[in-house]
Amino acid sequence: MAIKIDKEQCIGCESCVATCPTGALSMEDGKANVNEDTCVSCGACVGECPVGAISLGGAAEKKEAAEGKDLWVMVELENGEPVGVTYELLGVAADLAAKCGQRCCAVLVGAEKGDIPAKLFAAGADVVYAVTGAEYAEYNTDLYTNAFCELAESYKPNAVMFGATVDGRDLAPRIAARLKTGLCADCTGLDMAGDLVEWTRPALGGNILATIVCDEHRPQMGTVRPKVFKAKEADASRTGEVVDYEVKNKVASKVTIVRKEALTEAGSIKIEDAEVVCSGGRGLGSCDNFKMLEELAVLFENGTVGGSRAVVDEGWVDHAHQVGQSGKTVTPKVYFAFGISGAIQHLAGMSSSDVIIAVNKDANAPIFKVAQYGIVGDAKEILPKLIAKIKAFKEA
Amino acid sequence: MNIVVCLKQVPDTSEVKLNPETNTLIRDGVQNIMNPFDRQALETALILKDASGAKVTVVSMGPPQAEEILKEAISMGADEGILVSDRALAGSDTLATSFALAGVVKSLGDVDLVLCGKQAVDGDTAQVGPEMAEHLGMSQVTGALKVTMDGEKVLVERENESTSQTLAVELPALVTVTRAEKEPRFASIKGKMKARKAVIPVKTAAELGIDTSMIGLSGSPTKVRKVFTPPVPQVESEIITEEDADKAVDMLLEKLVQANIITR
Repeated sequence: MAIKIDKEQCIGCESCVATCPTGALSMEDGKANVNEDTCVSCGACVGECPVGAISLGGAAEKKEAAEGKDLWVMVELENGEPVGVTYELLGVAADLAAKCGQRCCAVLVGAEKGDIPAKLFAAGADVVYAVTGAEYAEYNTDLYTNAFCELAESYKPNAVMFGATVDGRDLAPRIAARLKTGLCADCTGLDMAGDLVEWTRPALGGNILATIVCDEHRPQMGTVRPKVFKAKEADASRTGEVVDYEVKNKVASKVTIVRKEALTEAGSIKIEDAEVVCSGGRGLGSCDNFKMLEELAVLFENGTVGGSRAVVDEGWVDHAHQVGQSGKTVTPKVYFAFGISGAIQHLAGMSSSDVIIAVNKDANAPIFKVAQYGIVGDAKEILPKLIAKIKAFKEA
Repeated sequence: MNIVVCLKQVPDTSEVKLNPETNTLIRDGVQNIMNPFDRQALETALILKDASGAKVTVVSMGPPQAEEILKEAISMGADEGILVSDRALAGSDTLATSFALAGVVKSLGDVDLVLCGKQAVDGDTAQVGPEMAEHLGMSQVTGALKVTMDGEKVLVERENESTSQTLAVELPALVTVTRAEKEPRFASIKGKMKARKAVIPVKTAAELGIDTSMIGLSGSPTKVRKVFTPPVPQVESEIITEEDADKAVDMLLEKLVQANIITR
């Protein structure tokens, strides 16, 4: 599984060597050489080569693209209401659809339509395909895949976007495999080139970005990370067409829900929705010190606590509050990082925050590269002082 | 009960660091490791084996040195390993990879439960598991936090953004694992000896009866068009290096008040 280097074309500039994330490229007799055992064919070097000497191997012959039109957005429901990323995707899909002269369509699978279609039109949808029935009240991989695939085979979309949520990332690959088409995971950038969607996504822990296309298969599919695109302001004057669809080939699922409970207590704030996230890392030294973050969080309206992977592993805070690659991606107005060095995996989950405030002993910690404000100092000493001084300021 | 665990050898991305001056990756000394989520899947399989007895077969697709992680798995308690290694697999995207891995599982005969890591830390797609489940015609559950047997069913705890759930799934099934119930075990001395003696069959796709038109570049609908390093946002930093903590906090507070971040 390695890239190919055309040694005739290689000019020995070495620019590819530094880009390789796995260290598979080296110079041999003045030409680039690939270690086929360590190369992961990520393609990072391909664009870097100034003479185009590197390729991802013998590309298949170009076939005529399959047919498809319109951009579809799969609606995700929580307690019978579309979740935030659904509105975000309708906004970006409406813009992209306008760009390529196609329609923006929402696919609603659920217990009932209620007033949801109107909300989807207001967010940018031109058409709502609705599959309703009591069996769709709860998300189920088998039933949702079956319903979606029948709909897609009947109406042949050009592209489909799913929110890169837990359930979106459960459903989309199942559908992609059934429709035998390509799926791009957890995208953070979208564009159109003709009717081809250009999906951009981070790879290798966010160290590189890759733009991926699916040129010969339809529908083109991708999951898109929440909070990357902004939803359009709801336009209640927009209307559209509702297409009710009855599933012809009904299936039974071998998966049943035996327990389901809400993760957050009523009234508490989900970390993804918080405007201020007060996060801590191992630099806070102890679980007791970490708990002080709660005191800081309550000083803000809509504030909550977050943690690095290290402190979640230590058990100082629940996994639901973990920020980073293997936890949540947050984009609050203000992000505090106490005693967090800022490993790439952590930065991937918070670097898009509006304002980042970091406190760390190590002046060279990567967290300071993304922080607007900060103190080089001991987080466990600074945190209580900051809490006390903010309280004093507010009371003054 | 036959359990198959899919393992991937990945570069240790937690070791990958950025050179702050040039913003390029520092690659020196980056080791290849067993994908951390796959290690959780393996531990999950071994817990089930401990509880009710099972044969645990570990499979991988990759270059010949991926044998290392299969041997490591045997040293931890897996029974057998098999590696599919083939130039024809080069350039496989998730659909082609899932097709090849599903082919390996099919070649093993009757399999009750397939466990995969939630995602590989080098690709982060989380797609190969569900795509495999489709090729195998198995039910799937993704992101397991606990897996237990309940007669002919498997009970899986998982979480999405808003709820915690327990799902009952009829076997055969494929489950992707976020976290095992406990930390993955270390290899025992006995396990290490077993691993040293173990012979891992290395097969080509054709030897396993996998349709080679469905793997590699020809079986991959997605194509990488461009790869680039993310632009580093230029941040105007105001970092306080005052050593007196009280003074430093006062200075920070003043800045935060000026910026309207802290208000009365």
